[in-house]
Amino acid sequence: MFQRFFTELRAARVPVSLKEYLVLVEALEKDAIPPNVEDFYYLARATLIKDERYLDKFDRVFGHVFKGLENTVDAVNAEIPAEWLKALSEKFLTDEEKAQIEALGGWEKLMETLAERLKEQKERHEGGNKWIGTGGTSPYGNGGYNPEGVRIGGQGKGQGRAVKVWDKREYKNLDDQVELGVRNIKVALRRLRKFARTGAPDELDLDGTIAKSAREGYLDIVLRPERRNAVKVLLFFDIGGSMDSHVQLCQELFSAARAEFKHMEFFYFHNCLYESVWKDNRRRHDEKTATWDVLHRFPHDYRVVFVGDATMSPYEITYPGGSVEHWNEEPGALWLQRVAQIYERCVWLNPTPRQHWDHTPSIQLVREIIGDKRMFPLTIEGLDGAMRELSR
Amino acid sequence: MRFEGTKDYVATEDLKVAVNAAITLERPLLIKGEPGTGKTMLALEVAKALGAPLIEWHIKSTTKAVQGLYEYDAVMRLRDSQLGDARAADIGNYIKRGKLWEAFEATERPVLLIDEIDKADIEFPNDLLQELDRMEFYVYELNRTVKAARRPIVMITSNNEKELPDAFLRRCFFHYIRFPDDDTMRAIVESHFPGVKTRLVNEALKIFYDMRKVPGLKKKPSTSELLDWLKLLLTDDVDPETLKQRDPAKLIPPMHGALLKNEADVMLFERLAFLARRENRGGG
Ligand SMILES: Nc1ncnc2c1ncn2[C@@H]1O[C@H](COP(=O)(O)OP(=O)(O)OP(=O)(O)O)[C@@H](O)[C@H]1O
Ligand SMILES: [Mg+2]
Repeated sequence: MFQRFFTELRAARVPVSLKEYLVLVEALEKDAIPPNVEDFYYLARATLIKDERYLDKFDRVFGHVFKGLENTVDAVNAEIPAEWLKALSEKFLTDEEKAQIEALGGWEKLMETLAERLKEQKERHEGGNKWIGTGGTSPYGNGGYNPEGVRIGGQGKGQGRAVKVWDKREYKNLDDQVELGVRNIKVALRRLRKFARTGAPDELDLDGTIAKSAREGYLDIVLRPERRNAVKVLLFFDIGGSMDSHVQLCQELFSAARAEFKHMEFFYFHNCLYESVWKDNRRRHDEKTATWDVLHRFPHDYRVVFVGDATMSPYEITYPGGSVEHWNEEPGALWLQRVAQIYERCVWLNPTPRQHWDHTPSIQLVREIIGDKRMFPLTIEGLDGAMRELSR
Repeated sequence: MRFEGTKDYVATEDLKVAVNAAITLERPLLIKGEPGTGKTMLALEVAKALGAPLIEWHIKSTTKAVQGLYEYDAVMRLRDSQLGDARAADIGNYIKRGKLWEAFEATERPVLLIDEIDKADIEFPNDLLQELDRMEFYVYELNRTVKAARRPIVMITSNNEKELPDAFLRRCFFHYIRFPDDDTMRAIVESHFPGVKTRLVNEALKIFYDMRKVPGLKKKPSTSELLDWLKLLLTDDVDPETLKQRDPAKLIPPMHGALLKNEADVMLFERLAFLARRENRGGG
């Protein structure tokens, strides 16, 4: 049972190592808890999970393994009654989101899309992995609709019964990261780390100087590189819409970046930068931050990184009111210009393959605004170039 | 040695399990959570509950890992020796013990708090791996090993400013203090103000949780702010009815400055209240 639990956690891409598993076994041997499932849940959680972002995944796997919930792709894929979906939507979707769903063609259409998505995921996760990772579907939510969200509360079975702690899914909002699994992301991390260390001045190694002076018989000053990372970064992620197919790559880069900088702040935007940005995509409609505030709050020595495909109708950049989502008083171009003016060092990472750039007018526009040489493809090489540009 | 919470500190079930696992298995416990959710206080209370001495190491951005072991003041020694001070002959006079050393050689098993570890350089936790693992280190200057007779109870807090290295995390138990729900918050309030009027708490909590929902706040009020505010309300003997008022002219709760510590937040809040008032007048 435990072993299955452990393997399923790994399959769900929760980073647990054998070491932690052994600690859990040791804890049980030492009777660290009274023998009941709730205490076991707490103990396993404290032992295996080291980051709140994985708590939600942990809860789901736990519920699945220890309650025999049919929480697999097959079961979900089989059939979800539309009525049930609707009932849940009353609970979890805002009116605005419900309206959006209607606009997408209503529930029937949505069901189809859901089935398709799950099928795609199943194909991608071949090799016995039955867990729906946060992989393809965005854990940030996607215009408010997220199939993961629809399954909250355990498949109708739990109704009327007391909800188990792990079924409450209290940590859902903390799962903002996917594990760095892909090999090249590890490389990217190393490059980013190198970048994070640049610009730090050397410091006097007093102990070294004294030791060396004593040995040499004359004053011999020893310097060493200051290890504190000095780079401050401001990230803007394009989320939703045409970026959806790139969201995963984006998230992995995000995870990679977060660990490394002295200061790192991120915001989301959609398609083009306008007068407001947001930090939690699920609450993007009611928790916005004025872009001016961001520009005022973060001094000009921050390095700015945009991640977006810059693929949209040119109107969305050049005209007031061009945004597809809301009425923008000032054109997106003006906002991009402001950023480019304030922050001397600014790059744009674009997941669209390089060869398409020249045929996409909106990409051309963005490049004109932020600087032709400042857009880089979202590849290791592009990342390298971008970081070099930022540390010039 | 089991920790069950104290009369001053409300510990949820999951927190107790994590603390006790860390005590039993003699491994560090890493605590994260929003500011003001009682991370630092936990270590104090664990020490108190177990009757163990508490050793506090507060980390700053300039703190280096070696400072936790010891510091050798070579400059002072050089100076003394040039002045012919006899003290200079004994290098031990220039070794300043760090908090880890103190904890390792404590006579009773102590609680060692490493507070706000994320403030330091990202290498900081890695630099402590060996010492926390083996609970010993070597002092070159004295040619001896400092070794813990009994592994101290190590509690580490982080505010998530930086991520911590995997190798470090693998050695810790971890607990994330979730923002207290209504029930837990009531228990916390009761622990600070025994016998406080339920009606006042009801109204105050309603306002408090509403205020946390205001979008765009730079710092959401947390447990410590709520407690400060309640204290003011109690000192001034504010009538719960006043809090209940939803009169738009009085949308700003009394003494809201205690809840919002940030000037920009106070301004934002007042502006929102002003807008709401205007809307109300226009509509009514
Ligand atoms: N569970 C609790 N029981 C009783 N009091 C609590 C609890 N949690 C928080 N408090 C109160 O909140 C105050 C702030 O707690 P503390 O300073 O430990 O928070 P913290 O998480 O360390 O915050 P920071 O991240 O700002 O350092 C405490 O002094 C205490 O009065
Ligand atoms: Mg603290």
